[in-house]
Amino acid sequence: MNEFLVNLKINNIPVSVKEGTTILDAAKILNFKIPTLCNHPDLTVAGNCRVCVVEVEGSRLLSASCATPVSEGMEVYTNSEKVRTARKHVIELLLSEHNADCTKCFKNGHCELQDLASEYRIGDHVFIDMVKDRSKLADMSSPSIAKDDSKCIRCQRCVRTCEELQSVSALAVINKGDHQKISTFMNKPMDDVVCTNCGQCINRCPTGALTERTYLEEVWNAINNPSKHVVVQTAPAVRIGLGEDLGYKPGERVTGKMVAALKHIGFDSVLDTDFTADLTIMEEGTELLTRLKKALVEGEKVALPMMTSCSPGWIKFQEHMFPDLLNNLSTCKSPQQMFGALAKTYYARKKGIDPKNMVSVSIMPCTAKKFECNRPEMRDSGYQDVDYVLTTRELAMMVKQAGIDFMKLDDEHYDSIMGEGTGAAVIFGATGGVMEAALRTAYEIVTGREVPFKNLNIMPVRGFEGIKEAKVLINDVKPEWKFLEGVELSVAIAHGLHNANELMKAVREGKVVYHFIEVMGCPGGCLGGGGQPIPTSPEIRQKRASAIYAEDEGLPLRKSHLNPEVALIYKEFLGEPLGHKSHDLLHTHYKVRKRY
Amino acid sequence: MENKVLKRVDYIFQESSVVEVIELITKTFKKTPDDIILDVIDSGLRGRGGAGFPTGLKWRFAKNEDSPVKYVICNADEGEPGTFKDREILETVASKVLAGMCICGHSIGAKEGFIYLRGEYNYLLPHLSKVTDDFNNQLKTKNIDFTVYIKSGSGAYICGEESALFESMEGKRGEPRNKPPYPTISGYNAKPTVINNVETLVYAYMICKMGVEKFKELGTKDSRGSKVFSVSGDTPNAGIFELELGMPLKDFVQDFGDGDTKAVQVGGASGHCVPRKHFNETIIGFEGIPTGGSMMIFNSSRSMYNVLHDYLEFFTEESCGQCTPCRVGCQQLLKGIEAVKKGERKPQYLDELKKLSATMKVAAKCGLGQSVANPFNSIIDNFREEIIY
Ligand SMILES: Cc1cc2nc3c(=O)[nH]c(=O)nc-3n(C[C@H](O)[C@H](O)[C@H](O)COP(=O)(O)O)c2cc1C
Ligand code: SF4
Ligand code: SF4
Ligand code: SF4
Ligand code: SF4
Ligand code: FES
Repeated sequence: MNEFLVNLKINNIPVSVKEGTTILDAAKILNFKIPTLCNHPDLTVAGNCRVCVVEVEGSRLLSASCATPVSEGMEVYTNSEKVRTARKHVIELLLSEHNADCTKCFKNGHCELQDLASEYRIGDHVFIDMVKDRSKLADMSSPSIAKDDSKCIRCQRCVRTCEELQSVSALAVINKGDHQKISTFMNKPMDDVVCTNCGQCINRCPTGALTERTYLEEVWNAINNPSKHVVVQTAPAVRIGLGEDLGYKPGERVTGKMVAALKHIGFDSVLDTDFTADLTIMEEGTELLTRLKKALVEGEKVALPMMTSCSPGWIKFQEHMFPDLLNNLSTCKSPQQMFGALAKTYYARKKGIDPKNMVSVSIMPCTAKKFECNRPEMRDSGYQDVDYVLTTRELAMMVKQAGIDFMKLDDEHYDSIMGEGTGAAVIFGATGGVMEAALRTAYEIVTGREVPFKNLNIMPVRGFEGIKEAKVLINDVKPEWKFLEGVELSVAIAHGLHNANELMKAVREGKVVYHFIEVMGCPGGCLGGGGQPIPTSPEIRQKRASAIYAEDEGLPLRKSHLNPEVALIYKEFLGEPLGHKSHDLLHTHYKVRKRY
Repeated sequence: MENKVLKRVDYIFQESSVVEVIELITKTFKKTPDDIILDVIDSGLRGRGGAGFPTGLKWRFAKNEDSPVKYVICNADEGEPGTFKDREILETVASKVLAGMCICGHSIGAKEGFIYLRGEYNYLLPHLSKVTDDFNNQLKTKNIDFTVYIKSGSGAYICGEESALFESMEGKRGEPRNKPPYPTISGYNAKPTVINNVETLVYAYMICKMGVEKFKELGTKDSRGSKVFSVSGDTPNAGIFELELGMPLKDFVQDFGDGDTKAVQVGGASGHCVPRKHFNETIIGFEGIPTGGSMMIFNSSRSMYNVLHDYLEFFTEESCGQCTPCRVGCQQLLKGIEAVKKGERKPQYLDELKKLSATMKVAAKCGLGQSVANPFNSIIDNFREEIIY
C-alpha cells in the first residue's frame, strides 16, 4: 500500500504517513506536541482558534495543522520563530477578551486555556483588556448547565457537539465580528430551549464557559446538618470513571474505594443505583412482555417498538423532537428516580426514618439527571424524590475537598438495604447494556434457559457502532409464554442523540420494525455521560467500556432477576412488577414540549 | 518594466444583446473546451475580484476534476468599500456576464451557474432575472445544456469570500472554510466549482469575442488587458472607468486627483495606501499594487487617522468572528490606535500592533483577516505622526 503513503519532514525529521493525515496527527507520531483548542477527536475540523499554526516551507501563510493534510515532500516547522510569535499572539488575544478570574472559576485546574497560558508564561498582557462586561451574569437558568459567555473562546466545540453528535443544535453562533458569540435560539435562557441537558457540550468545552450547575455546597450542608439523614446512590458508570479525576488512567475500576470515600465524606448510607437498575429490568422486561402479549394475543394496538427510558437527556429530546412517539417510551422511571422514590418510602420505613428528614443525593455520570430530579413528575414519595445530583466530576472534587488520599483507601462495601446490584446492572453504563441485561432476564423468564450466548455475553449489542441491531429467536418457551414461540425478537440500540435521531426517523417512517429499542443520550452510553471526567475521546470511552464489562464478569450475580434485594422488595413492599405500588412509585409519564 | 501611460479603454461596457452573445457562444463552442481554456490561459487574464488568480488555470483545474456535477459561480457580492463597478456591469451588460458563465461552464463541464448577488443590489433583480430568463431560454433553443440561477446574498462583506459564499449559498452561516481543499476541487455543495468575479467573466467573454492577441495588446506581462476602476474620494471625476493595466499611479492622480492629492488607497479597505512620495514609482497592476478596482483618493484635508479608524471599524464589524487573529486582532488594532491617539499608550505601542498585524497576515483563516495588515501597515508607516498627534 506504499502508494498511499506520503513522505514529509517535521522539524527536519522524516516521517511517512497515510494520505489524508493532518500535519497535527503526523507530528503526534513523532511526539511533537502542537497546542490545540478548537480541535477535538470527536468532532469535525473547525480550524478557527489558530493556536495550532505551523510553518510550511515555501508557503507565505502559516498553516493550521489540525486542518491541513500532509503532502509529499512537505517540510514543516512546529516551533519556529514565526510560529512561536503567532502562537503567543493567539493566546494573548484570547486572554485579552477573556474574563480570566481563574481562582473563582469552576474549571480552575482543568482548563485548556489556562494550561496554554501557563505553558507560554503569558504574564502581564501586552494588549488592551477588552472583557466586555464583567458584571454580566452567567446564564444559570438551567438546573443542569451553566453558561458563562465571558469565559468563551468561540472555539465552537459546543456548537459542533450539539449539532454533530446530538442533532439538537440548541447552541449556535450568532452575529459577526466583535459581537460574534455562542447563543441559543432567540437568545433565550438555556432552560427555555431544546437543550436536552445532556452535557456533551460541557465535556468538550475547553474552558469554564460551559459547566455543570454545581450543588456541592448544598450537599455539604446536608451532610453537616445532624438532623438530616443523607443517603447517596452511585450510578453504574461512576465507578469506572471517577478514577480519572483522582490520578488513575482511564479504564480503572474504583468501586470499593469510591464507596469508602463516600463513607469518609460522611454520607449516612452509601447505596447503589445498580439496585434500581436491576429493578428496572424487572419492571421494563415485564412491560415489554405485556405489550407483546397485548399485540400478539389480544390484537390490541399498543405502541411498539417499546423504547427504554433510563436516559433523561434522551427523554427530553424525544419530548421536543418526536412527541408523536412518546407512547413508545417505557413508562419506567430512570433507575435514579426509582431509587429516589423508594429511598423516601421503602428505605425510610425499613430504617424507621421520617422521610422529611432525609436528603437523597445521587452521584451520576450525567448532567441531565440534575434536570430530571427537578421534574414535577418526580415527587411520588410525597417529597422531591432525589434532592441533589452531583456529577462524577463533582464527587472527585468532594473527595479532594475532604482531604482524602483516594489511592490509599481500602475497598469497602455498599450499605444495605438498596446496596446490592448484579453485573446486569453495571452494564447499564455502556451502550447496549440495558438491552443485554433485559435479554438475559427476559429470555430466561420465557424459556427457562440462559440466553444462548457464551458466558452470558451478548456481543451483538455491545460496541460503539452508532446503531446496532440484533435478533434473538425465542423457542421452546414455557407454557405460559406460548404466544412467543418461534418469535424472532428484533431489537436496536442507539447511543448519542444523533444516532437516536436517525433511528427515530426510520421508525417514524416505518422503514424499520423492531420490538424493543434502547437509546442512551450520550455517545458510548452513560460511560460517556456529560458528567464524566474530562477529556473524552473514542479511546477513553473504549477503555471505560472494557472496565464496565470486566466489572460485570467479576460479579457473582449477573442477571437482574437474581438480585436478592430485588426479590425482597417485591415480597415485602412492591408485590409484583407493574403492580399497584410499582405503578405509583416507579412509573411516570411524559409531556410534549415545543421545539422552538 | 514596460512603460505604460494612462489609457482609457472601452471593452466592458460595449452593449451586446442576448442574441448577439448567444451567437458568439455557438461560434465559440466550435472549439473544444481544452482549446477555449488554452486561449484564456494564453490571454494572461487574471481574476478581477482582488486576488488575481490566473483565470484559465482555475478553469483547467476544475475541468480536470472527475465529477458529473460542477458549478460556475459569478461572484457579485461586491462588498469592498469603494467598489461599485460590478453593479454597473450587471446593470448595463448582464448578457456578457451570462455569456462568460456559459463559456466557463462549457469548458469545465458544468451545467449550472449561479449569480451570487449582493443583498443591497436586490433592486437589480427584476432586470437581471428578465435578462437571465431570456438567456436561459435562448440557450435551450440552441440545445445548450446550461442554466443560470440568481441567489440573493445575505448582506455581509465576508460572504464575498468564496468559501463563505458557498456556505451562505448552502443555507449556512457565512464562515470561510479551511483551504485546501480549494473550490475547483470542492466548492459549492462540495462539488468542483469555478468562482469568478463579474468582471473576470466579461473579460473571458471578450477574449473569445475579440481574440487572444487583441486582448493581449493591452497591459503588461504580468497584468494583461484592462480593468474597471471605481474612483471615489477627493476627486472631481468620481465614477467608473475602464483603464489599461500597468499605468503609473502618477498618471492616474494627474487625471483624477483634485491637485492636492496626499494619498491613494488602492484596492479598497483591504488594499494599500500609497502616499504622494511614492506616486511616481507605483504601478497599478499585479507587478505593483493590485486592486479589485477601488481607487480612493485623499487630499490634504483628510486625517489619515480617521481613514484608518474607519477601515478598522469596518473590519472589526465585518470579520465573521470565527478565528482568533482576526476577531480579536481587529479589535486590538482599533482600540490600539485609539489608545495611542489619546496618549494612553506610548507611540511605540504602534510597533507592537505592527507585529500583531504581521501575525494576522499569516495566521488568520481567510483573506479578510490576512489583509488587514495592508491598510494598517501602509498607513502607519507613511502617516505615523497623523496617528500619534
Ligand atoms: C473578505 C473577502 C471578500 C471578498 N469579496 C469579494 C467580492 O465581493 N467579489 C469578488 O469577486 N471577490 C471577492 N473576494 C475574492 C473571492 O474570494 C474570490 O477570490 C474571487 O471571487 C475569485 O474571482 P476572480 O478569480 O475572478 O477574481 C473576496 C475575498 C475576501 C477575502
Ligand atoms: S476558563 Fe480557564 S482561563 Fe478562564 S477563568 Fe476559567 S480557568 Fe481561568
Ligand atoms: S447540554 Fe446537550 S443538548 Fe444542551 S446544549 Fe449542550 S450538547 Fe446541546
Ligand atoms: S462555550 Fe466552550 S466550547 Fe463553546 S465556543 Fe465557548 S469555549 Fe468553545
Ligand atoms: S480571517 Fe476574519 S473573516 Fe476570515 S475566517 Fe477569520 S474571523 Fe472570519
Ligand atoms: S486547533 Fe487547529 S485551528 Fe484550532
